[in-house]
Amino acid sequence: MLKDITLGQYFPGSTLAHRLDPRTKLMMVLIYIVALFCAKSFLSYGILALFLFVSVRISKVGFRALIRGMKPLVVILIFTAVLNMFYTPGHALVSFWIFTLTAEGILAAVFMVLRIALLIMGTFLMTYTTSPIALTDAIENLLGPLKRVRFPVHELAMLMSIALRFIPTLIEETDKIISAQKARGADFETGNLLRRAKALVPILVPLFLSAIRRADELATAMECRCYHGGEGRTKLHVLRYQKRDFLCILLTTLITAAVVIISRLGY
Amino acid sequence: MKPILKTENLTHIYSAGTPFQRSAVEHVDFAVYPGEFVGVIGHTGSGKSTFIQHLNGLLKPTEGRVLFNGQDIWSSARVTHETRFHVGLVFQYPEYQLFEETVYKDIAFGPGNMGLGAEEIDRRVREAAGFVGIGEELLQQSPFELSGGQKRRVAIAGVLAMEPEVLILDEPTAGLDPAGCESILAEIRQYHRAKNNTILLVSHSMEEIARNAQRIVVLDERHIVMDGTPRDIFSRAQELERIGLDVPEVTKIAAALRRRGIPVDASVYTTEALKEQLQSLKGGGAGC
Repeated sequence: MLKDITLGQYFPGSTLAHRLDPRTKLMMVLIYIVALFCAKSFLSYGILALFLFVSVRISKVGFRALIRGMKPLVVILIFTAVLNMFYTPGHALVSFWIFTLTAEGILAAVFMVLRIALLIMGTFLMTYTTSPIALTDAIENLLGPLKRVRFPVHELAMLMSIALRFIPTLIEETDKIISAQKARGADFETGNLLRRAKALVPILVPLFLSAIRRADELATAMECRCYHGGEGRTKLHVLRYQKRDFLCILLTTLITAAVVIISRLGY
Repeated sequence: MKPILKTENLTHIYSAGTPFQRSAVEHVDFAVYPGEFVGVIGHTGSGKSTFIQHLNGLLKPTEGRVLFNGQDIWSSARVTHETRFHVGLVFQYPEYQLFEETVYKDIAFGPGNMGLGAEEIDRRVREAAGFVGIGEELLQQSPFELSGGQKRRVAIAGVLAMEPEVLILDEPTAGLDPAGCESILAEIRQYHRAKNNTILLVSHSMEEIARNAQRIVVLDERHIVMDGTPRDIFSRAQELERIGLDVPEVTKIAAALRRRGIPVDASVYTTEALKEQLQSLKGGGAGC
């Protein structure tokens, strides 16, 4: 059940999508998100979906993995869709009690779901093709200028990489704890909401304890290796932009520009 | 005698139907009889952990059946749930599942889920705590204030308090010092003698299994490859070594003695038995 959560999981490979500089991928995703929020028509969404489709094909990640990653977010998608359907003013199609279904609402719901779905899939494509370490390296590098204003960039990047690193570990741990409590007859599936919430205590307490214990052990291990923050720390792999990085960013920017222009023109 | 727990053609495949599909146990036929003390041995990845999680219905077999007292444990949701009370499973490092405010409440979690009355729960908690050597004075303490060995005992007591007919322990001594190991094993033996219930002890230490079990089951590559008395199993030392398992040190010494022409039994597996044999060879059995 919990194994379905693939957030932050990296599928190693050697395609173009894997070999791009992580900073490039991060910027591409950011630009792509901007484009998604500018898109207002089927044409522009079509262009962006096509762009994502081609990227996924290049990465050889497989759509099944992307769809599987979306599973936990289905509830949010449905919720957004329903809210948009009923709370967008416009021509009423059906009306009952306090709800009014409008044509504009349906259109808004479709766009909103498309937008969130593409956004999530685009982000997942990045995390699937970029190792968490490379990704935090990229963030640290891109946020570098903020160091001047004493923003703790390195610490932030370190926090993120630790968090990403421990997600699979904690999922495994949760599975184990659930099994152990089930073996003692714990029941998570029946009863009303309050009972089910109470049933979570035997899982959450051991889980938090183990997270704290792991944090403590990790801190000790880091200190043993003389970790003292980012000052004066050099990198084993220094990031360098290649020609393909410039081309990819240029392409993404052009597509975004196209989407913005299309929206302005009103197509 | 009818088996208390039985598996028929048990097969489990993880992530069936995806590219990550892999089987963990295949076509396992196994039966355990009331009162037996069975040792289950196999190295990491042999499928022993998957296998034991089928015995109390935590995992559902992809193929085959698991029978408790002749009844399929998956015949209904209620039967599956109740099987967990009849077949108690103590996981590896069970101390990490403690969660209650007091030791007493934690041990009472299992019996409470069974829907027993307060008086019966109280009796079971005290009895279970007694078996694992947790004194009355510790019952009202927080489990998190205890030492590692004590925590593990409380966790084991939490399963004992359900009074399962079959008790499965997955490496109950992992990570403990030799004295701690031996005292936990002694408590388990004592529990077995007092209750005369069925015990499955999973371990990768041959020594531990040899000293406790009446019957040994060896798992390798998703199958049961050997099933017999310790004597049978340890007389097949070469086969054991081929699958990456070891025989007890004493058995090795006996084999070495035989090679030097001393006629001892090569399948001896306890220090006491070897000592006896050597003494009888010396003639008369006078002490060394």
